[in-house]
Amino acid sequence: MVDKVAIARRFIEAIPHAKALGLNLSTISEGEAEITMPYNPDLVGDPRTGVIHGGAVFAALDTCCGAAVMSHPSAPGATATIDLRIDYMRAATPGQNITTHAICYHITRNVAFVRATAMDDDRNRPVATAAGAFTVEGL
Amino acid sequence: MARLRPEPMQVVKQRRDAALNAIVQGVPYIRFLNITFDRRGDELTGVLNFDDKLIGNPLLPALHGGVTAAFLEVTAVITLSWEYFFPRIESGEIDPEDLFEAETIRFPKTVDFTVDYLRSGLPRDAYARAFVSRSGRRYASVRVEAWQDNHARPIAQATGHFLMPQSEPIKE
Repeated sequence: MVDKVAIARRFIEAIPHAKALGLNLSTISEGEAEITMPYNPDLVGDPRTGVIHGGAVFAALDTCCGAAVMSHPSAPGATATIDLRIDYMRAATPGQNITTHAICYHITRNVAFVRATAMDDDRNRPVATAAGAFTVEGL
Repeated sequence: MARLRPEPMQVVKQRRDAALNAIVQGVPYIRFLNITFDRRGDELTGVLNFDDKLIGNPLLPALHGGVTAAFLEVTAVITLSWEYFFPRIESGEIDPEDLFEAETIRFPKTVDFTVDYLRSGLPRDAYARAFVSRSGRRYASVRVEAWQDNHARPIAQATGHFLMPQSEPIKE
């Protein structure tokens, strides 16, 4: 099981777009992952407020969900997003990192179901939540 | 009664392109992804200009799903903003220069966004077009699709709901 986690970690860290966003995989274990996206002025959606664009939050959540699926004990290997829905609760506070946390709560031979949240420093009020379905593919 | 003579084509085109540029170029994240817009009359097409940093799976290689989603969302918000601001810019109510300066000018805010991934995105340019299904006083519903070589074979589609800018605060 340690191997699977190591493979997932290496895979996530090798993603060019994850590097472009500065994503950092802080935790990964059986069907659960946590990824942090540091505050970056290049990712701002409204220059007057400095709030991070929703699209960047989406990309971090999608990556985190994929990592959770790959690390699940029943997942043989790779995965791809079938669909992902994001609800934006509030603007992320400018200057703060965004931490995403995903759980693969159910998996079949073909489909993995995932939920995720995105938070800034205020852990009691999520910035966004996500729910999606992912493919289950062999290595 | 004589009809007003239409303005010269270049004048109209320049003003409209300047207005669109003011909306698009003002957003750092749109520049980060290098998304541009083609305008033909009132119709906008988003263009995701390919770069290696947009790759999500280096083995295939394929575009990152988050990039595809962000591209769809940006196209949806810009198309919605364009339809909202354009008549106000044309009538002189809003100066495009003020779009990111004046505190009073607000953009539509995403409430939710659902993306269906249909095919893996190839490492090349992608295009997207959004259709505003409904734009009300408070909420708007937008459908958007992205494709690459063949418009009939979209790589992703999405629907989203947006909160429209409020001229006056709505009473709780």
